[in-house]
Amino acid sequence: MPWEHFPHGADIGVRGIGATRAEAFEQAALALTAVVTDPSRVEGKRAVEIAREAPDDELLLADWLNAIVYEMVTLKMLFGRFSVQLNGGKLRATAWGEPIDAARHHVAVEVKGATYTELAVKHRDDGQWVAQCVVDV
Amino acid sequence: MDSARLNRRGECEWELPRSGKMRVPGVIYADEALIGAMDDKVAEQVANVAALPGIVKASFAMPDAHWGYGFPIGGVAAFDADDGGVVSAGGVGFDISCGVRTLLTGLETEELRRVQRELADTLYQRIPAGLGSTGALRLSPKDTDAMLAGGARWALKIGYGRVEDLERIEEHGAMSGADPAAVSDEAKKRQRDQMGTLGSGNHYLEVQRVAEIYDAEIARGFGLEANAVVVSIHCGSRGLGHQIGTDYLREMAIASKNAGIALPERELACAPIRSPVGQRYLSAMRAGINCALANRQILTHLAREAFKSVLPEAKLDLLYDVSHNTCKLEEHQIDGGRRKLFVHRKGATRAFGPRHPELPPVFRDTGQPVLIGGSMGTSSWVLSGTERGMHEAFGSACHGAGRNMSRTQATKRWNGRQVIDELAARGILICSPSQRGVAEEAPGAYKDVTEVVNAADRAGLARKVARLEPLVCIKG
Repeated sequence: MPWEHFPHGADIGVRGIGATRAEAFEQAALALTAVVTDPSRVEGKRAVEIAREAPDDELLLADWLNAIVYEMVTLKMLFGRFSVQLNGGKLRATAWGEPIDAARHHVAVEVKGATYTELAVKHRDDGQWVAQCVVDV
Repeated sequence: MDSARLNRRGECEWELPRSGKMRVPGVIYADEALIGAMDDKVAEQVANVAALPGIVKASFAMPDAHWGYGFPIGGVAAFDADDGGVVSAGGVGFDISCGVRTLLTGLETEELRRVQRELADTLYQRIPAGLGSTGALRLSPKDTDAMLAGGARWALKIGYGRVEDLERIEEHGAMSGADPAAVSDEAKKRQRDQMGTLGSGNHYLEVQRVAEIYDAEIARGFGLEANAVVVSIHCGSRGLGHQIGTDYLREMAIASKNAGIALPERELACAPIRSPVGQRYLSAMRAGINCALANRQILTHLAREAFKSVLPEAKLDLLYDVSHNTCKLEEHQIDGGRRKLFVHRKGATRAFGPRHPELPPVFRDTGQPVLIGGSMGTSSWVLSGTERGMHEAFGSACHGAGRNMSRTQATKRWNGRQVIDELAARGILICSPSQRGVAEEAPGAYKDVTEVVNAADRAGLARKVARLEPLVCIKG
């Protein structure tokens, strides 16, 4: 499975898995959406551009997920597809989504933000990249 | 948690002795069963906090402590600025000033039962709850700054609430030392249309009945009688508080790394109180406290309006408003002398005892009301601060139950409809925009708050006054 959730106390962990760091970041973003709704219910009607920069991979992942949370809250949108490009400590991405429709999207909780708990971006022994952290709900 | 590494100091008090880099010991308040069920991570995090510069007396964990972000949730720690003490964004938590306020309706349960469904529907209509919901207010940048500086006093000024509410709010409704300029534009934008909204997760507005009285005299002082109806609101500073936490945690984490400070967890990142970033964080965090106080004040007004249309005789006088994610400058007795300390309470409620100068005259003899929220469908509690508690953990007590099951496990075990029907059969009406949210918050997914409250009472942190049972729950 390219993304999954893992349990943590009152909150929930999001984990993206991919052949590259960028893919793992894209999958982690899908796992974030899946905390709120089923990502397959979200149509990619509108694209939002996101750019971030951080001193290391872990902080960049947290910044990326927090940027999506910010766009979800301020644009009142959900995102179901992501494309990420990484260049050193710089991230450029596009998120495709649509306005929240509470009835159709069967939304659960609101994600308040990404935390640094269980925060990791690592290259696994099987060659896959993993990008994960706990998100606060 | 393995109790072999702890020294038992009393029925409900355990010491984690100093070792390694710990500057002070750890103290965990819990009975044997709660200690047994507590995550080992709590002891680890208590020890990590005990190693921070300028910590005074001990690193404390309340009976509901669980694995948190850097600090345990249910953690209390005080720092002395004169002794190189630090302030930590993780030590306050993301939902700054999340808290509980309770209102007295002056009604009896029978009066409420007659209109229970109508009241539930009216409250649900008026109280914005759940993801994507917005309040009636749209804040301009100027309004936002006024709100961040003025808290509940600002809300009152624009027509939300009654002047007599103010003395029954910690800080008398407005936290001083807040600086809106220390709050990022992103944080402010997240809050633009979220004033007077409950949010989601474990936040709620409940109509409750007083099911049992434990201390009749103090209950009388608080205006609580058996079978009386009260309203409790549990929520915090919404997106704004979270963004402040995120912004400053990042800044403190990078600063620690650049300074070559090795942290066992990134979320322990902190800054000296007497440093530019420490001061800016304190100013921003205080603005976050004001946002939470203003938010609960607006929700109070909405609840009063809803009651007025269904039960016009209801009073909805404010009993008290407490916060459980804060860092505040307080004076405490340490080794025979008075010292000013920055007390972090992360998932812990302030519980000042009788005659504390911060308390309004009405609570001088009783100590402050300590409001402990339950989870959906379970009991909540009213306790009172004690003299002994002032000498234990800086006048602090527990804040709630904490989960015993992850959200994923809960949705596998229950569905929302089933939870709503089961609670309805017990006379509890649940209104929520999210069935999945209800399943995730099912009563069985939480620990029993009563065990936590009993331990806090036996440890002397606070005294049990009354137990509340839900009648209506508006859930985000």
